[in-house]
Amino acid sequence: MIQLVTPEYLVTMQNNLHKLAEGVLRPISRKYDEAEHEYPKELDMFKNIKVMARPKKKKEGETSSSGEEKKPKRGANLGMVATIEAMCWGDAALLLSFPNAGLGNAAIIAVANDEQFERFGNKWAAMAITEPGAGSDSGAITTTATRDGDFWVLNGEKIFVTCADRCEVVVVWATVDKKAGKSGIKSFVVEKGTSGFTLEHLEHKLGIRASDTGTFVLSDCRIPYNNILGDPEVKMSTEGFKGVMKTFDNTRPMVAAMATGIARAAVEFTKEQFEQKGYTFDYKKNVSNVSAVERELYMMEANVEAMRLLTWRAAWMADNGQFNNLEASMAKAKAGRYATLVTQRCCELLGPVGYSTHYLAEKWMRDSKIMDIFEGTGQIQHLIVARNVMEMSSKELK
Amino acid sequence: MVEEISFALSEEQQMMQDTVRQLVQANITDGIHQMDENRQLNNQAVQKFWELGIIQSMIPEEFGGYGMDSSPVLHTLMLEELAYGDMTFAIYAMLPAVFVLPIVHLGTKEQKELYLPEFCNTTFFPATLAINELSIAFDVWNCTTTAEKKGDKYVINGSKCFVPLADESNFMIVVAHYEGNPELFIVTKDSTGVKVGDREKNSGWWALPTFEVVFENCIIPASNRLGDSSAITWLLQRTKTALAAIGTGISRASYEYAKKYAKERQQFGESIASRQSIAFMIAEMAYEIDAMRLLAWKAASTIENKLDATKLSYLAKIYAGEMVMKITDYGVQILGGHGYIRDHPVERYYRNGRSIAVCEGMAII
Repeated sequence: MIQLVTPEYLVTMQNNLHKLAEGVLRPISRKYDEAEHEYPKELDMFKNIKVMARPKKKKEGETSSSGEEKKPKRGANLGMVATIEAMCWGDAALLLSFPNAGLGNAAIIAVANDEQFERFGNKWAAMAITEPGAGSDSGAITTTATRDGDFWVLNGEKIFVTCADRCEVVVVWATVDKKAGKSGIKSFVVEKGTSGFTLEHLEHKLGIRASDTGTFVLSDCRIPYNNILGDPEVKMSTEGFKGVMKTFDNTRPMVAAMATGIARAAVEFTKEQFEQKGYTFDYKKNVSNVSAVERELYMMEANVEAMRLLTWRAAWMADNGQFNNLEASMAKAKAGRYATLVTQRCCELLGPVGYSTHYLAEKWMRDSKIMDIFEGTGQIQHLIVARNVMEMSSKELK
Repeated sequence: MVEEISFALSEEQQMMQDTVRQLVQANITDGIHQMDENRQLNNQAVQKFWELGIIQSMIPEEFGGYGMDSSPVLHTLMLEELAYGDMTFAIYAMLPAVFVLPIVHLGTKEQKELYLPEFCNTTFFPATLAINELSIAFDVWNCTTTAEKKGDKYVINGSKCFVPLADESNFMIVVAHYEGNPELFIVTKDSTGVKVGDREKNSGWWALPTFEVVFENCIIPASNRLGDSSAITWLLQRTKTALAAIGTGISRASYEYAKKYAKERQQFGESIASRQSIAFMIAEMAYEIDAMRLLAWKAASTIENKLDATKLSYLAKIYAGEMVMKITDYGVQILGGHGYIRDHPVERYYRNGRSIAVCEGMAII
């Protein structure tokens, strides 16, 4: 049965996270925007909080209702997107800097075997996919992994790696067989300090400056054979690659949630500022009968709600074991673009208050822009949605 | 207390959605173009919908109905399906609800006894709501129709537009300003001072008869005041959400037609769908329709949980009002010149879609 009122436990969680975002993240938001790349030591307090956790495996014979009273099923993905929105209302770049919550961690949780999880499960893991010549076209990566006995030897360059400086391990995408195309692409866990693995430099960015984005060079970097995630065999189908891409179905709603959090921050702040100037927002007036400013703020609120609902639907589907490739891309297409537009517009409506670094509105405008870029640009999301709904292949719709 | 969120339809919801979808497919889809051109909906289709017993089910057993709890979410689902067939069918078929639901929820025992049994028969029984006024940027909260208490009577003055089926409806609810607040009043057509004007000619809604209704010192008994000063808030939450659902249905119709066309239409030796400029429009239509629907569902779900949905229904309606235009505009644009010709339905969706932001209270959940 359709039930879209936020459940009590989620409201409680949202309230608690809001206090945390307000009390811990907001006060240091500007500080680490200016101190680009400096690790926000205040985040150490989150080290032991498992932002990303591996679902407990049931032991043999164990049933779900072993004596416990039947509790409603609480979705991990829904909880995750609600958490992310609340924290990004505080500061998105700081959320990206949370210890042990990198994208690599998501990959390890999803595909590592028990032995690998034992070794890497508690380490901060970044993800290295993008290369100078391979952005949206992740099938075109040229970093190679060559087997040498009990080792893999990696060569190539990886750019735009989030948490590059602070992470302990990096999940690196590389091809084991260039001729095999996408089916040759595998992911490997490379530990920091491995010889031939160099953090070349950190990027200076438009926004999310607290997040340390960097470039790695792999030069005859030798890692144990057992550091390959998933099946080492090259199959002559793209199933393996599709499997890796599937990770995005879980991470795209997360980015959509980040976008929603920033957009909400901007709209709330802008509304407060206008309320102080005597505007009232009572959800009664015809939007054609109010000032342009009021109309826009009402529309922006509607858009933020739309962003959240699309995001929650994608997460809810994942929690319920449904294939959500289309819905995940819909959420990100909408949220990435509209977070960008909403935060831009808020700055404009706020005037000098929107441009001055004395306030955070200008920062949200810069931070939100990345939401329409990373984890697949808005254009890629539109392609995915269009191919899905029109049942066209990537060859039919390029 | 709500324990967990769900985006899935229950079996009952699924069944009702399927039933209405099939009814629309069998009775509206093929004939609607001609009905629109002829300015006349197929009465049999309306009657068939009536026979599903939706209206009767809202009415308590003591007044002759089935006494089921009416479900705002279920009505939202139905309205989208009906409007997918045609917006005029959605308004027409569900119109009695705009009279029945307020009486069921806000009416006194006497009011219920007087009016509800009339709706428990086997043939469609029209009744309507007079809320809109022909003024720029019409705002219900500032409506100019007034009600004044004189002894044991109310005197209503003002004029309303977009009153569906006013000619054949004996009962209507009129929204009029009373002591600084818009309120609801039950007016029977035989009351003195009620004048139903000529059938209106609107940009869209060709298949739906709507009328101007003028109240000139219209006198009704004091017992015809429906609810109190909070009635309008109750009403608008449900009518705004209903219009959002209808907007979703129109948008989906335009989207599906344009999508099919884009895949079939060959230019430059390939389907126009394989061009990103078209494909991206289709993608945007797809997720905006879902966003509209989810906003309507959320408002409906909030009402169903007996919580205040003033803000959510407002946002759902303004979002639908804006997006239905974007989507139906894209629908025409994707067909190009063909989209401008009335042989294709996308121009009708465009005209009908324009009304979502313009009007209030054409349907209820």
